[in-house]
Amino acid sequence: MDATHRYTAPDAVARYRGRALLAGADFLVAGVVLAYTLGSYAGYGGFVQVFRSYLVGFFFCTGIAVGSLAWLSLGHMTGGAWALTSRRLFEAATRTLPFCLVLFIPVVVSLFVHEGGRSLYEWTDAARVAGDEALKHKQPYLNIPFFVVRGVIYFAAWFFLANLLNRWSAEQDTTGDPRLRRKMQDISGVVILVVGLTATFAAFDWGMSLEPHWFSTIYGLIVLSGWGLSALAFVITVATFLRHHEPMNDAYQPLHFHDWGKLLLTLVMLYAYFAFSQFLITWAGNLPEEIPFYLRRLHGGWQAVGLAIILFHFALPFALLLSRQRKREPSRLRRVAILMLFMRVFDLVFFFAPSVHAGGEAEFGARDLLTNFVPMFSMALGVGGIWLWYYFGQLQTRPLLPLGAPELEEAIAAAAEHH
Amino acid sequence: MRKTTRPPLYGLIAEFDNPSDAVAAARRVHEEGYRIVDAFSPYPVEELSEAIGVHRTHMPLIVLIGGLLGGTLGFLLQVYVEVISFPINVGGKPYYSWPAFIPVTFECTVLGAALFAVFGMLALNGLPEPYHPVFNAPNFALASRDRFFVLVESRDPLFERERTAEFLRSLGPLEVTDVEH
Repeated sequence: MDATHRYTAPDAVARYRGRALLAGADFLVAGVVLAYTLGSYAGYGGFVQVFRSYLVGFFFCTGIAVGSLAWLSLGHMTGGAWALTSRRLFEAATRTLPFCLVLFIPVVVSLFVHEGGRSLYEWTDAARVAGDEALKHKQPYLNIPFFVVRGVIYFAAWFFLANLLNRWSAEQDTTGDPRLRRKMQDISGVVILVVGLTATFAAFDWGMSLEPHWFSTIYGLIVLSGWGLSALAFVITVATFLRHHEPMNDAYQPLHFHDWGKLLLTLVMLYAYFAFSQFLITWAGNLPEEIPFYLRRLHGGWQAVGLAIILFHFALPFALLLSRQRKREPSRLRRVAILMLFMRVFDLVFFFAPSVHAGGEAEFGARDLLTNFVPMFSMALGVGGIWLWYYFGQLQTRPLLPLGAPELEEAIAAAAEHH
Repeated sequence: MRKTTRPPLYGLIAEFDNPSDAVAAARRVHEEGYRIVDAFSPYPVEELSEAIGVHRTHMPLIVLIGGLLGGTLGFLLQVYVEVISFPINVGGKPYYSWPAFIPVTFECTVLGAALFAVFGMLALNGLPEPYHPVFNAPNFALASRDRFFVLVESRDPLFERERTAEFLRSLGPLEVTDVEH
């Protein structure tokens, strides 16, 4: 590899960076307006609906960052060409974690927003908690100060570990010190453990406590696999995009896409497995504290959303990804990856939106599909666009391949020869 | 005694001591137009199988059919047992409670796919095969240790003993030897 070939980010990244910010800002404003108007119209409380829609965007972007941290450490532990060539793309995503902490601020603000007896998190409403034995019982855990402290602890842990991996990886570029590889590998076991635990608690806090009477022990794994899925789908999309630009068009080979495609298939199945397990156990148990979660989601048009998730979050991508040719062809793999990103947001809406009636009032109806999907997708695109602007900025700061990794040349050459 | 029409030679085999030479040779053999070719290595070398063009098999299709068959039969079995043959009221749920059938359906899919994979593989590769002429090649036992072999069978339309041997020798092997039947 010649010295001039530093694998810096192509100009297109800078170009799309500005566009992402602009589009993100537009969608964010549109999302706020739509969420407020439709939320007031549907009687959810306009501001509460703004925050609920925002939560979808926050959860999605933070999920990509945390999921990337998990993939990064998995790659360090297993090694392999797929991990080397995607390392910088995942690293840049983990460097957005401080930005995700900023995105967390509105979630904290939402804890103080109450509107006509409605709040995003029911347990933040003192009057409701006072009249509810179950919520009173959960108060030592579900209270505002502890919620915020926990959130900060999760981010601190993620940022600390991501920072170590990023620093050593950058150091490897300049020094090529072989001990660094071992260090990154060693810390990665710790990262997997810490991410597994913190993500579980983050999922309980941010997602599950939207419906504080309900609980599911597999929820943490559902969320973590969803984060892993969106992180991988996102990185595949970025890689297929970079592949059209110098100098990355020779770096990513069909073999690398093939491996990423296989991992994507694995995650599609893993997610379906976890999500179905939760459904099956809740459905079979049919207990009064558990089943309302699905009752809310299987009536008034929401059963169609559930069916769409089975079909387009599992069946279709599963069938498509069986094909070896599709996994090796970047432009075809990209379509599946984008489908998965879309379906991740779709699934988050399915998980978060019906919580508006968690208090046990009226059932959700078909009208609620419109009043939730429209603002939530707009908000996901808005927060996502701004997050993407930050991500592209991080992508520009380092070479797009880990130049100091001893196995890099082999990983690219072997794959190239392969085809 | 009936005269056999079998050619006197099974083929010619070239021996290499490293995988890259073997892969390069296999590619040249393929480019030269030989199609009834085989290659042997102590461990899987994916490039080697791609070089001689044997990567495509019917295995994926066979496994897919096995999976679909297993899943369908597993599901229908449960429907028959739970709805028709021996209905039991479980927790007040309908007899036809498809969510409860999914885990077994999944397991049956895996079972069907695995069985079709094993027996399909055996059917396609012809194992077990007690006798194979390639073991008559002098150093062939080393194929499971540190040697790599490229074989051109005499059934190949382009096969001519002298010319093919000459061609194989030009690829830089350790040795080119006859393989008797």
